[in-house]
Amino acid sequence: MIKTNMPLRMVKDKASQGLVFLFSVLLAIPLMVILFYVVKNGLGVMSWTFLTHLPKPVGESGGGISNAIVGTLILVGLASLVSIPMGIFTGIYLSEYGNTKTAKYVRLCVEVLQGIPSIVIGIVAYVWVVVTLGHFSAISGGVALGMMMLPVITLSTEETIKLIPKTLKEASLALGVPYYRTMLSVILPTGLNGILTGALLGISRVAGETAPLLFTAFGSPFMNANITKPIQSLPLLIFNYSTSPYEEWQKLGWGASFLLISMIFCLSLITKGVTRKR
Amino acid sequence: MWTDRLQFFEIMFKKTLQVFAVLVCVLLGGIFLTLLVKSLPAIVSQGIRFVTGKEWDPVMGNFGAIPFVEGTLITSFVALLISIPFSLSIAIFLGEYFKQTWFSSVIKSIVELLAGIPSVVYGFFGLFVLVPFVRSLETPLGITPYGVGIFSAALILALMIVPYSASMSREVIALVPSDLKEAAYSLGATRYEVLRYIILPYASSGIFAGTLLALGRAMGETMAVTMVIGNSNLIPESLFGPGNTMASVIANEFTEATDKVHLASLIELGLYLFVITVVINSVGRYIISKFTIETQTQ
Repeated sequence: MIKTNMPLRMVKDKASQGLVFLFSVLLAIPLMVILFYVVKNGLGVMSWTFLTHLPKPVGESGGGISNAIVGTLILVGLASLVSIPMGIFTGIYLSEYGNTKTAKYVRLCVEVLQGIPSIVIGIVAYVWVVVTLGHFSAISGGVALGMMMLPVITLSTEETIKLIPKTLKEASLALGVPYYRTMLSVILPTGLNGILTGALLGISRVAGETAPLLFTAFGSPFMNANITKPIQSLPLLIFNYSTSPYEEWQKLGWGASFLLISMIFCLSLITKGVTRKR
Repeated sequence: MWTDRLQFFEIMFKKTLQVFAVLVCVLLGGIFLTLLVKSLPAIVSQGIRFVTGKEWDPVMGNFGAIPFVEGTLITSFVALLISIPFSLSIAIFLGEYFKQTWFSSVIKSIVELLAGIPSVVYGFFGLFVLVPFVRSLETPLGITPYGVGIFSAALILALMIVPYSASMSREVIALVPSDLKEAAYSLGATRYEVLRYIILPYASSGIFAGTLLALGRAMGETMAVTMVIGNSNLIPESLFGPGNTMASVIANEFTEATDKVHLASLIELGLYLFVITVVINSVGRYIISKFTIETQTQ
C-alpha cells in the first residue's frame, strides 16, 4: 500500500498540508469582504439620532431605527421568558433521567426541533397565534423565536449538569437534603455559568432571525411596546430596507446590519468570557 | 405532617421535570399535526399533481411544486459541493494538523464569526456585492447576466454552511483514537498517509453525517436565498438562471396568499420541508451517536 518512494511521499505530505492550509485561510477572504462592506457602509450611519429616532418617510434623509432596537429587545425578551425556564427543566430531566427510554425520545425531539427550518417555525407560529388573535403581533414573533431557542438551552443545560461531579450531589443527599432542594440549591447554582452560556447562545441564535418573523411580528414603522400589535425588529428592518429601491432606506439597512452584527459578536464575546471563568 | 409536605414537593419536582420534557415532544407533534391539518385543503384539491406538477400559478389555481423542489435540491447540493473542500480542510486543520496553536484559534474565530453573521445580512451583502460581481462574470462568459439566480444563492449558502459542517467534522476527526494514529506513525507513515489511510476512513461515517446535517440546514435556509435567487416560479433554465426554493417561495408569497388553497399549498411545502429535515436530522444524529459510542467503547 505505502510505497517506499521517499521523495514522492514527502511531496505528497507537504502538498496535502499546504492544501489544507490554503483552503482554511481562503475562507477568511469572504468574511473580511462582508465585514468590510458592513463596516464601511454602516459605520457612517451610526449616530445618536440613528439609535434614538424613528425612521423618516421616504424622501427625507436622516431618521433612525429606535423602533427596531426596542422591538428586537421585546421579541427576544418574550422568547426567553418561556424558553429559558422550559429549556432548563427539560435539560435537567435529560441529564438526570438520560438513560430511560422516554428521555431518549425527548432528546431526539429536541435535536429534531433544532433542525427545523426557521420558516416552518414561522408558519406554525402564524397558525397558532396570528390566526387565533386575528392579526400580526409581537407575541406571535416571541413564540416563534422561543421555539427556536428552546433546543439550544435544553442541550447546553444538559451538557452543563452532566459535567458537574456526582460527588457534589451525593454529598448533598447524604446530608439529608431532599432531592428537589439538592437540584435547585446545589446543582443549578453550580452550573449557573454553563446555563447562562446556553441562554446567551440561544439569544444570539434568534436575535438575527428574520424568516420566522415575516408573518408573525410582521414589522411596523412606529414605536410599539404593545405585545399584541405588530412590531419591528432589526433583521426584519434590514430585509425590508435592503430590498427597497430607496437609497436612504438602504443606508439605514447597512447601519442596522452593523448594529446587529456588533450586538451578536458582543454576545458571543460575553459568552466566551463566562465560559472561561468556569 | 412535615414528611408529607416533603414527599409532596419531591413528587411535584419530578413531575414538573417530566411534564416539561414531555411538552417538548408534544410541541414537535403539534408542529407536525398543524402543518398536516392546515395543508389538507391543498392535499385534497391538488392531490398528486402537487408533487408532479411543473406549474405554479396561483391565479389559475395550479399548484405544482416541481420548480421549487428542483430549486431547493440544486441550490443545496451545489452549495454542499462548494463547501466540502473548505469545511473538510478546516476540520482537518483544527482537528489534526494544528490542534492548539495561536493560528488555529485565528481560524476558529473566523469560523465562529462566519457562523454568527445573521442570514439576512448574508442576503444584504449578496444582493449588493455578490450579485453585481456574479453579473460582471456572466457577461464575458456569454450567459444572460441576471446576477441573481441559483448560482449566487448557492455561493452564499456554501459560505453559510461551512462553519456548521466544519465544526461537526472537526469533532469527529478529533475522536479518532490516538493509538491508531501513533501506530501508523511508528511504522513510518507520513502525516498525509495517516490522514489518508487512518483518519479519513475511520471518521468517514461521522463526516458523512455532518455533511448530511449541513445539507438539511442548506435546504431550510430562507432569507439569504430569498434575497439573491431571483424569485422566478418557473423551473430554473440553467445554473445561472433565476429560480425559487421551497423556503423562499413561502417567504415571498405567504403574506400575499389570500386564496385558501394557495395558503394551504404554501403550508404543504412547509410540511415537506419539515419532513425532509426531520428525516435528515434523525439519520445524521443516529450515525453520529453510533460513531461516538463506538469510539468510546474501543
